[in-house]
Amino acid sequence: MTRATDRAFAAGVAALAMLVPLTLVAIAVLIVIEAWPSITTFGLSYLTTTVWDPVKLVFGVAAYVYGTLVTTAVAVILAAPVAIGCAIYLTEFAPRPLRGPVAYVIELLAYIPSIIYGLWAIFVMVPVMRGVVEPALQGTLGRLPVVGRLFSGTPVGLDLLSGGVVLAIMILPILLAVSREVLLAVPPTQREAMIGLGATRWEAVSRAVLPYARPGIIGGAVLGVARAFGETMAVTMVVGNSSREIGGSLFTPGYTMASAIANQFLEADGELYFSAIVEVALVLLLVALVVNAVARVLIRRSIADRPAGAVV
Amino acid sequence: MSVAAAPGMTVAIPARHRVARRRRIVERGVLSVLACGTVLAVALLVTILGYVVVRGLPALNLAFFTQRPLPFGEVGGGIAPALFGTLLLAAVSGAIAIPIGIAAAIFVVEYRSGRFAAPVRFAAELLAGLPSIVVGVFVWAALVRTVVGHYAAIAGAVALAIIMVPIVARSVEEVLRLVPQSLREAALALGAPRWRVILSIVLPTARAGIVTAAVLALARSAGETAPLLLTALGNEFWSADLFRPIAALPLQIYRYAVSPYEDWHTKAWGASLVLVLVIGTIGLLLRVVTRQRVR
Repeated sequence: MTRATDRAFAAGVAALAMLVPLTLVAIAVLIVIEAWPSITTFGLSYLTTTVWDPVKLVFGVAAYVYGTLVTTAVAVILAAPVAIGCAIYLTEFAPRPLRGPVAYVIELLAYIPSIIYGLWAIFVMVPVMRGVVEPALQGTLGRLPVVGRLFSGTPVGLDLLSGGVVLAIMILPILLAVSREVLLAVPPTQREAMIGLGATRWEAVSRAVLPYARPGIIGGAVLGVARAFGETMAVTMVVGNSSREIGGSLFTPGYTMASAIANQFLEADGELYFSAIVEVALVLLLVALVVNAVARVLIRRSIADRPAGAVV
Repeated sequence: MSVAAAPGMTVAIPARHRVARRRRIVERGVLSVLACGTVLAVALLVTILGYVVVRGLPALNLAFFTQRPLPFGEVGGGIAPALFGTLLLAAVSGAIAIPIGIAAAIFVVEYRSGRFAAPVRFAAELLAGLPSIVVGVFVWAALVRTVVGHYAAIAGAVALAIIMVPIVARSVEEVLRLVPQSLREAALALGAPRWRVILSIVLPTARAGIVTAAVLALARSAGETAPLLLTALGNEFWSADLFRPIAALPLQIYRYAVSPYEDWHTKAWGASLVLVLVIGTIGLLLRVVTRQRVR
């Protein structure tokens, strides 16, 4: 009797759980089917072409991939140091009465939906980017020989840089929450041992706490990358939505893969045009899978590197 | 220790002082950089929330919560259908996603010896990394185009559920792993069957974490816009029909935000404030409910 109930329960749990991998497979299969006309028509040239012309029916995703990579890179470069530094400060250095409340505020802010970040970005951030930040960048970094190319052109505000900055703000709370959680989980003995040996607090943090927490922090950063890749609305609202040639400047209005889908999905008429947009989703899906797989390998390796003698 | 006893020390001490001073300077420098970063992060994020409150408040009035959106030019109008739509979508998608997510976590943690535990975990991880717009495209192809035949609330709910499942599964999994093994062993040793151990010992022990996971997933899905754009579509009118297009707060905000009208921009801020309040309330309610059950 008990054994039968046990088996039934296990079967029920398994059946529900198997929906997860089944959904994943269904997503991949169905998107490939929908994208098939585009795949067979354009083949590999789809990945290398920057032309996206619904009139002549020539489609290539390269410009969208470029936009996605650039905005994500900007976001992670801006957000990761701030988030990790902030997490370290909040777990190791901040006055104790402040730690809880500040962390609470940040946790609340992680719940802000992306559409609100988009709204804020379009009405508050973009004017500042256009009027202040971008001209300033052009006047300083823009004069440097190689880096300068990134800041050439007219500061329009609605461009790849703005897309990256809004992404950075959006992934900041997530990066911070994960890093903080990981740092809090580091056993106090890790710090105490270093402090006991006469280390300053920063020495203890940098040599005993951070190496211990590294896998988790990398995991958090990857979570941020994944979110940035797929983030649609906020970026769509500020990135400019124009599929120009790949240029070197961050001041170019662009498209990310996600924003291209959001903008054109509903207006796509004709099988090939529609199929080409679904193929953007397919590329996005593949990129997401690769990023996740790479992340898992990285995290595993970091765990293997865990300093000998660390209390697990 | 006297100075005379160790003449060599008079050379060593200044060097050691220098090292100590350098270490102190590094410590202070790092500390102030980290503090500045924290202030920057908090200031940035508080600014955003501040804008939502300050610009959103003027839009709020009774009509805003009770009326449907009006065409541009007509005074008044509100976001009531969108508010209702968001709540309905959250309820339906939560009812689909939370049991599946918890089951997946139980499967991965409590039945980890099984052959499929690792694949389920891996799939949940990959699903979590999937961009929400891709989920939208999938649900469009799977439901909107074929099964239902047109844009529908149920398609939106399924899309949101697919987004929520991995969030629930992964957070609950972490929480279940924190339940001490000794609790399970004690219950098993007393003769409790596995399902009793899971339902009466493991899940109640992990309840706070499970609720947090569910809230996190609901909050995340309540703000999702992109997948709804391809599935639920949005609606200017009242609708509780799961097989018709339905309005949702994020869709309404988007529509208002990209419009050229000043009045609609104000309404976009107002709707954003309402969305933030909805998410906050979901969190509060669930907390209160679980606390009551403890007693």
